[in-house]
Amino acid sequence: MNMRSLRGPLMLTTSIFVLWQATFWMVGDMALRSPLSTLLYSSDLLSRESFYPHLIETCTAFGAAIIIAVASGLAIGLLLGLSQLARGVLEPMLVAMYSIPKVTLYPILLLAFGLGMPAKIAFGAIHGFIPIALFTINAVRNIRPILLKTGRMLKMNKMQMVWRIIMPAALPEIFTGLRVGFSLTMIGTVLGEMFASQRGLGYMLMNAIGLHNVDVIMSITLMLVVFAASVSSLLLAIDRRMHR
Amino acid sequence: MKWVSLLRVALILALVGLLEVLCRTGGIDTFTMQAPSKILVDLGQMLSSGKLNASIAKTMSNASIAFVLAVSVGIVVAVLIHTKPTLREALDPLFATYYAIPVLAFYPMFIIIFGLGNVPKILIAFMLGVVAVIVNTLNGLDRVPRVLIKSARIARLSPTQTALKVTLPFAAPFILTGVKFAIAYALIGIIGSEFIMSTDGMGFEIAFAYNNFDNATMYPLILLVVLVSISANMLLGMWERKILSRRGLL
Repeated sequence: MNMRSLRGPLMLTTSIFVLWQATFWMVGDMALRSPLSTLLYSSDLLSRESFYPHLIETCTAFGAAIIIAVASGLAIGLLLGLSQLARGVLEPMLVAMYSIPKVTLYPILLLAFGLGMPAKIAFGAIHGFIPIALFTINAVRNIRPILLKTGRMLKMNKMQMVWRIIMPAALPEIFTGLRVGFSLTMIGTVLGEMFASQRGLGYMLMNAIGLHNVDVIMSITLMLVVFAASVSSLLLAIDRRMHR
Repeated sequence: MKWVSLLRVALILALVGLLEVLCRTGGIDTFTMQAPSKILVDLGQMLSSGKLNASIAKTMSNASIAFVLAVSVGIVVAVLIHTKPTLREALDPLFATYYAIPVLAFYPMFIIIFGLGNVPKILIAFMLGVVAVIVNTLNGLDRVPRVLIKSARIARLSPTQTALKVTLPFAAPFILTGVKFAIAYALIGIIGSEFIMSTDGMGFEIAFAYNNFDNATMYPLILLVVLVSISANMLLGMWERKILSRRGLL
């Protein structure tokens, strides 16, 4: 990383903090907290014993959801990418599913899985697996035919083709899908916790609205944003390196 | 490729049929899922009785406001950013990581600032959609051939005229991709925030019905949302194909 590539993000972070402070001066501390006091409260929150069950709950749900999303997304993507018929039939259905506001489906998941962890995991995974599958389909379809022909010439079987040729060749494109899938899974998990949940960061947010606890709202929003933005930047850097 | 679409319709019908059979025979109990035929009948009754029309109108009008704002602001901002490389350099990391940020997590903060009403919901839906429009418009503007811009300069078009007559029409298919996202995000933003906390709207009614085990209201509403979003997307898809085929790109 040279200095030049850091200039953009640095300028951005600085201007966000300046804007935040300016808005705080305008709106006042009934509705907002300053950046400094939010940071202080966040560190205070992190040192509290009672905060960790919520954090662990969200992390577990997110972890399970992302594992399911990646595994099922890759499997469906590979299957549809390799079979023209299956792709023709199912890809438009996946695209249509991508555009549905999945929040509306959450009550169905709650009825099917019951209140609690499984429904949250399922909701996160549903958000994440579609982009991963769609990107994988495209990645597999766009592999240069000569690579597949070479594999056939070497008499590779299906498994070898997938592991030795298709996966390495399609990896950069699949990785973009994983990056998008990561973001959406996280959104899904938090969203799932904000509605009908007893534990987790999303629940803490909702509880804080009820109690008008601005400190908690600002701190948790900040933590979520910082976590999402930093992981996503990291994935983006890897993504760009792979596409070079 | 006609029979592939036929096969798809057949598959969807078969899945719906399977669900119908499972629900009717008690394989899935009625507390969890209603039979598709019953959902359709309920939807017809709900719409004709008109008791939820106010909520539906509310959600749709909020979503339309957010959608129009996101598209118009998004296109204008993209045209402006496109002329300022330094600004773009600063904003690029924001656009790249923007969709990793759970925008709906800002909803509680907006409720505190603006009060519980239409403004925070529209703001969330707008925030979700606008960046997709900006990014896709920028993508289209990047691809405008130099020769078109030079021709515009020869014809002495002002920057506004160049944007309206040359670069934006060229970028139309890319902008349309952004517009499709903006529709989906407008619905997600409005319904999502109605779900989390609200006093009216389809999301609120769905959540209310869920809390009261009122499946006869909940499932038709969910179906309606799904139908609206899928048909809006299909209409735009048809328009997109029309533009692309006129340019010989399809």
